[in-house]
Amino acid sequence: MTTAATKSIIAPALRAASVHVRSSVLPASISKSCAAHLSSVPPGGKATLPDLPYDYAALSPVISAETMELHHTKHHNAYVTNLNIALEKLDSAVSAGDVSSIIGLQGALKFNGGGHLNHALFWENLCAKGSVAFPTSGPLKDCIAARFGDVDNMKKEMSALCVGVQGSGWGWLGYDAKTGRIEIRTCPNQDPLEATTGLVPLLGIDVWEHAYYVDYRNVRPNYVNAIWDVINWTKVEERLVAAK
Amino acid sequence: MSKLTFILSALMAGSASAFSMTMKAQSGSNLRREILQKGAAIATAAAVPAAAKAYSVPDLNYPFEALEPYIDAPTMKIHHDKHHATYVANINKATEGKEEVDIVALQLNALEAGPAVRNNGGGHYNHAFFWDEMAPPDEAKKTKPSPALEAAINKSFGSLDEMKAAFEARAAPGALFGSGWVWICVSGDELKLVGTPNQDNPLMKGVADSVMFPILGLDVWEHAYYLKYQNRRPEYVSNWWNVVNWDKVSENFAYVTEKKAGVPVRG
Repeated sequence: MTTAATKSIIAPALRAASVHVRSSVLPASISKSCAAHLSSVPPGGKATLPDLPYDYAALSPVISAETMELHHTKHHNAYVTNLNIALEKLDSAVSAGDVSSIIGLQGALKFNGGGHLNHALFWENLCAKGSVAFPTSGPLKDCIAARFGDVDNMKKEMSALCVGVQGSGWGWLGYDAKTGRIEIRTCPNQDPLEATTGLVPLLGIDVWEHAYYVDYRNVRPNYVNAIWDVINWTKVEERLVAAK
Repeated sequence: MSKLTFILSALMAGSASAFSMTMKAQSGSNLRREILQKGAAIATAAAVPAAAKAYSVPDLNYPFEALEPYIDAPTMKIHHDKHHATYVANINKATEGKEEVDIVALQLNALEAGPAVRNNGGGHYNHAFFWDEMAPPDEAKKTKPSPALEAAINKSFGSLDEMKAAFEARAAPGALFGSGWVWICVSGDELKLVGTPNQDNPLMKGVADSVMFPILGLDVWEHAYYLKYQNRRPEYVSNWWNVVNWDKVSENFAYVTEKKAGVPVRG
């Protein structure tokens, strides 16, 4: 009963999440294992911390090696650890039919599950400066032109939204499957874009202070302006194509 | 403070406590209307309101390095000179041309006043409150709760140690997720432990179960601890007790208990 209940509730959700990691610039073996980790659901569920597709120093000077290492090994790792704890508790609660406890776990699942999903997406939509140019043609360029006129205007609008987030949160470029358009949104804390808004995440910018404090201190606008230099547009386009 | 703002803030503070105590007796909206009508009557009866005096960042009572090793000097400097200063600049912008309101009084209707006042008016009050409740560790360790405060702590939490444990649990990353503050407040004749998000505080109507008066508060935004502690918020929180000035907290307790109003701050 445990396994069946777990598989019918947790597995589909995590398998959906793994779509984003599967279509990836990572070597096939790593992307497959990441996807497998995100979707594998033995009783108790085991999310794992994905490796970065580059060295910690790869995004310097926009984001320092120190920040990348802290962000990955401390912050993201803590979400993974705590997600697994919450999933184990969920497993017990489900098998006991304890609805009250299931509901009580929602906060921890959203915080830590959202934190895990968001960061897994984030690492993949970043790359070394100069390694990926914005496409001169293709579906991403077209979608952005249709919605924003041009990529510079999109950056300006998205930057303003990111800078305006009060407290902790994320800025997102997302795809609306119902309208076929791309939109920009922010979500507070670790609320995941798709579960919260229905938009498919294409590009995320972490604006929690931990994402930029070492390198930019309180000056979030400088971080947001600089991060455009390390966006992996190939990945963003892949996600758009997969979502359409 | 001008006579007008004194009257308004006394009225609002008095009404705030009356509000929570009479909630069962009167419908909330009747009492609210009464407060607004009284406020409007006083405002129109008064002289032409003065242009808003700018809020300012109060100087710290100690040098930036004074709270070492528990809070590092670079953090104190950036926290005060950049973060707090930004809230002050923004609240001044948001209230430009409007009637002067004491920063404590501004908190009550901050939610209604909109995000600029809520985030920046809250940010200014919270940080001004925060600086003054701390002291260098050598001084802090000589302070302790007054008999009255100690009695209140024991009544509401069992003991000071139990209060600290509850406070630390409330401040943990899994309990107060993202940015916010943790407070000990006077509410009626009890002390209550409250966490608030972003720059909200319990003086703001609509934030806590009822308006409450903080006597102790801790900033758990990442900027408050990141340079020294990185993601280790629990370590920051447990170290923080070393710089709490319990004499000031006791003064805060005496003030809010007597006046049923928020602790005044400098700036």
